[in-house]
Amino acid sequence: MPTAAAHGREDRTGAGREDASGDVAPHAGAQASGGVCSVLTAERLSKQVGSPEGPLTIVHDVSLDIASGESVALVGASGAGKSTLLALLAGLDLPTAGRVLLEGQDLTALDEDGRARLRAQRVGFVFQSFHLIPALTALENVMLPLELAGHAGAREPALETLRRVGLADRTGHYPRQLSGGEQQRVALARAFVTKPAVLFADEPTGNLDAATGARIGQLLFEMNAGSRTTLVLVTHDQDLAERCRRVVHMEAGRLL
Amino acid sequence: MRPIRLALRMLGREWRSGELGVLLLALTLAVATLTGVGFLVGRIRTAVAMQATQVLAADLRVGSPRPISNADFARARLDGLRSARTADMLSVVFDGQRSQLADIYAVTAGYPLRGGVLVADQPFARGEPAGGIPPRGVVWLDSRLLAALGGHVGSRVSVGAATLRVGRVLISRPDQGGTFTGLVPSLLMNAADLPRTRLIEPGSRVHYSALFAGQHAPIKAFKTWLEAHLSPGEHLRDIAEASPQIESAVERDGRFLTLSSLIAVLLCAAAVAMSARRYVARHLDLVALLKTLGASRNLTLRLTALQLLAVAMLATLAGATIGYLAQAWLARALRGVLAEGTLPAAGLTPVGIGALTAVALLAGFALPPLWQLSRTPAVRVLRRDIGPPPPAVLLAFGPAVAVIGALIYWVVLDWKLFVEFTAGLAVFVGLLTAAGAMLAAAATRLRGRVGVAWRYGMANLGRRRTESVAQIVAFGVGTMALLLLGLIRNELDSGWRRTLPTDLPNYFFINIPPRGRGAVLDFLHSHGARTARMLPMMRGRLTEINGRPVGSVHFQERQGRHFAMREQNLTWTADLGADNRIVAGRWWTRAQFGEPLVSVATEFEHWLGLRLGDELTFDIAGNTLSVRVASVRKVEWDSFKPNFLIEFPPGLLEKETGTYLTSAYLTPADARSLAAFARRFPGVSIFDIEDLLSDVRSMLDKAILAVQSVFLFTLLAGLTVLLAAVQSSRDERRYESAMLRTLGASRATVMKGVLAEFAALGALAGVLAVAGASAGAWFLTTHVLHLRYAFDPWACVMGFAGAVVLVATSGWLATRTVVKQPPIGTLRAGT
Ligand SMILES: Nc1ncnc2c1ncn2[C@@H]1O[C@H](COP(=O)(O)OP(=O)(O)OP(=O)(O)O)[C@@H](O)[C@H]1O
Ligand SMILES: [Mg+2]
Repeated sequence: MPTAAAHGREDRTGAGREDASGDVAPHAGAQASGGVCSVLTAERLSKQVGSPEGPLTIVHDVSLDIASGESVALVGASGAGKSTLLALLAGLDLPTAGRVLLEGQDLTALDEDGRARLRAQRVGFVFQSFHLIPALTALENVMLPLELAGHAGAREPALETLRRVGLADRTGHYPRQLSGGEQQRVALARAFVTKPAVLFADEPTGNLDAATGARIGQLLFEMNAGSRTTLVLVTHDQDLAERCRRVVHMEAGRLL
Repeated sequence: MRPIRLALRMLGREWRSGELGVLLLALTLAVATLTGVGFLVGRIRTAVAMQATQVLAADLRVGSPRPISNADFARARLDGLRSARTADMLSVVFDGQRSQLADIYAVTAGYPLRGGVLVADQPFARGEPAGGIPPRGVVWLDSRLLAALGGHVGSRVSVGAATLRVGRVLISRPDQGGTFTGLVPSLLMNAADLPRTRLIEPGSRVHYSALFAGQHAPIKAFKTWLEAHLSPGEHLRDIAEASPQIESAVERDGRFLTLSSLIAVLLCAAAVAMSARRYVARHLDLVALLKTLGASRNLTLRLTALQLLAVAMLATLAGATIGYLAQAWLARALRGVLAEGTLPAAGLTPVGIGALTAVALLAGFALPPLWQLSRTPAVRVLRRDIGPPPPAVLLAFGPAVAVIGALIYWVVLDWKLFVEFTAGLAVFVGLLTAAGAMLAAAATRLRGRVGVAWRYGMANLGRRRTESVAQIVAFGVGTMALLLLGLIRNELDSGWRRTLPTDLPNYFFINIPPRGRGAVLDFLHSHGARTARMLPMMRGRLTEINGRPVGSVHFQERQGRHFAMREQNLTWTADLGADNRIVAGRWWTRAQFGEPLVSVATEFEHWLGLRLGDELTFDIAGNTLSVRVASVRKVEWDSFKPNFLIEFPPGLLEKETGTYLTSAYLTPADARSLAAFARRFPGVSIFDIEDLLSDVRSMLDKAILAVQSVFLFTLLAGLTVLLAAVQSSRDERRYESAMLRTLGASRATVMKGVLAEFAALGALAGVLAVAGASAGAWFLTTHVLHLRYAFDPWACVMGFAGAVVLVATSGWLATRTVVKQPPIGTLRAGT
């Protein structure tokens, strides 16, 4: 779908700049140069938490560089620290040491609200347990990130994205009226509707049966290709991991 | 703007999904309770005050030895007030050969402005409303005067220079005086006939009054104006000093209602706090998600605050409507009890107060949790166990304490009471918190030794430590408030019934000559009367206080001058009356008889600013007597027995010529013998207070009605607290019960666990609530309502059992539906 892709790209640079006035400036220079430069960089990240047995380091000195448009799978045993690393990369949490650059912007230098604004404009999420707002319909759930980012006409793009995930006829349904696979498709639509620079997914197929999981995986990569979004994916699913350009292994808080 | 649109849209959805139902219910009930109490109390208070003003026959009454200036009446007309004049004087009334000294009471059209005149065709008969004043040429004689003159309806009597026809028998008029100043029989006549009697001449002693009545606000304004324009010698009276009996009843009533609404406010606060907790718990995920999607902290705060504000507005509207309807229904259902038939219309102020309170409660009890909620970190979307960081204690409890403090002060308006009340409350909440923490700790240790159902219940108590403490505090405060109110209400009820038994003295006998004492008592006893003690009485004037002439003393109290200057009723007695209590100094012993001592009532002490040991000098029939204040007595005026502001020990006044007085209870049938009594003892004044008594009784009925209905509202508020407390843990329970049942536990096992948990909570809360309520009831009855407190063990046992049953039942009811749901639905929705 070359038209959709071109449209998406145009829209992103245009709208992104406009929104940025007065808000956090997305690193315009990095984007203007285009092409190979990295969109996400982690520099010597560490995360230490307190526990009854004393301080515990759950992410250990992790450095990572992800290029624009790349897809990266983060794999490893349960408890390896994948979700923790993902939270640090997305700016949901702050590292105890090191820093994260998203499109050249240092996340650790921003306050909570600053990171939230950046997320609203540049980042999308898909979770293992869908995390749809039960009080809102499918359409409203998809409109929400656009509204939070301050877009005026949220309805049209939301409808369009729902159509792309094949839920054009379920827009008025509440999450609890949808199956798990359908809920995750709504979540995908919600993640892509803002045309984010980076999409983070934490075990997006983890709560689904194999067949549904495969279909969601398929859809994820299709949408990713269509929007030229950078994808960072945590998964236990071998097939899903193999479809990524790069697979990063994690063990006991370190990258192998 | 954005957050408003988003908030409203989500509100609509959340409402439909039942998310906000409990909070709305709690707030609605809170507002309904407050406005309902406000409406009802306001209306009943006005009704009571209106009835009380009947004693003055007006709302305001100016007395003077000179005719009252027309300017006062002109001003009253301007203010839209009704007015009337009275003039009274002593004169001898003749019927042929017989004559009798009487109080001639001349009134203008419109009299009485409050209350009604009762008349009959026979002396001492049951009266009926007169519906006006005597027409010109007609007089109404009271029973005693007619009996003394031997006349009847239709006969003619001479009053001064005029001859007038006896139209009816005057049974009672509202202002015949609860303070017993008019001791002689009286005659009511039209003021237009006064000139014909030629009774008013230079030098004759006439007492003039101006009566005013109208709406509350203009009366208040007019009173201020009058106070500034009173001429020397004029004395202004309103209900506050009209009658000590009624005043003390009204005051006690008011205090109780005040306390009840305060307790309702506290209960509502607890309910709101619990609901807010639940709201926060249910919105942690939402806030984390919104933040992940890019919402700022401020936006999430505004979003949730807007939702609560919308709920508050809805609750105010619904609550005010319910409150209004409830009180309207109550007022109608109990109309028979309210003698007046129509209550004054309800004002709109309670709605404003209800709305204000709803917002204040939310601000104090819901805003800090919302603030806390907005601090939920975004990472929660990945790790559900992460909540907001612990709050600063000051921030979490500061606003709540401030709001509660302000509310309590606003209701009691008295620093001492405020400090005592808040200190008591703080101690009680502290105890509950400590007990809750101990229970949680004990439960953790106990769980290994009990069966599976109990283990589940105990484990719950131990694990959800904060939740358990919060629940115990809510249960404890709720039960305590209900018990306290129940206990006080009983005290109040029985206190009133104690002081107002049906055989209360209803006739006073005054001017009994010392030598006729025995004959009077014999006569009364032989006609079935039960008499109170007989006391001597004489008139005297206070001339000096601590050696200074009374006229030159400056009094702090407005009434001081009037009460110091007027002619005083004095008595001497060896014994302290059963309805008197010494509050300062000591009552005289036998050895002190004859010493120059005096005992004064608290009112006298207060008005004149007296202290123990002050020297008072009296002029009694030309003799000077200086005495020292030896004791101060609190008099229960509503015992309706002879009582005096000023009492001397025996041995000082016996040589003065005094008379005696007593009071007695006579049934309506026995009262017919009073006509014979009046003929046999023409010098003795009979004072019929049956009418005053029935006024007081009907007022107390209203007061009790108010108390009952306020209790009803408070009961509802208490139940809401229980509901909110149970609801606050409902979501977690829903999930747990689904888990347990998926693991193979039977529904009964889960239910037993829940029952075990709530029974333990209820038992502990019950014990503490009973203790707290007993202490509180003791304090309030003795220190605030000034009644005697009787500890009631049965009420405590019942209270405890009630607490356990109530808490366990509400827990069971709230959880039953949770357990009934098939586990699969819950588990799916829980993801
Ligand atoms: N805030 C925290 N406090 C204490 N321990 C934590 C905290 N966050 C994470 N951990 C621990 O750090 C380790 C890594 O957790 P993380 O959730 O990142 O693992 P994961 O690789 O995502 O595992 P899974 O595949 O099971 O989701 C776990 O052992 C976890 O218990
Ligand atoms: Mg994980």
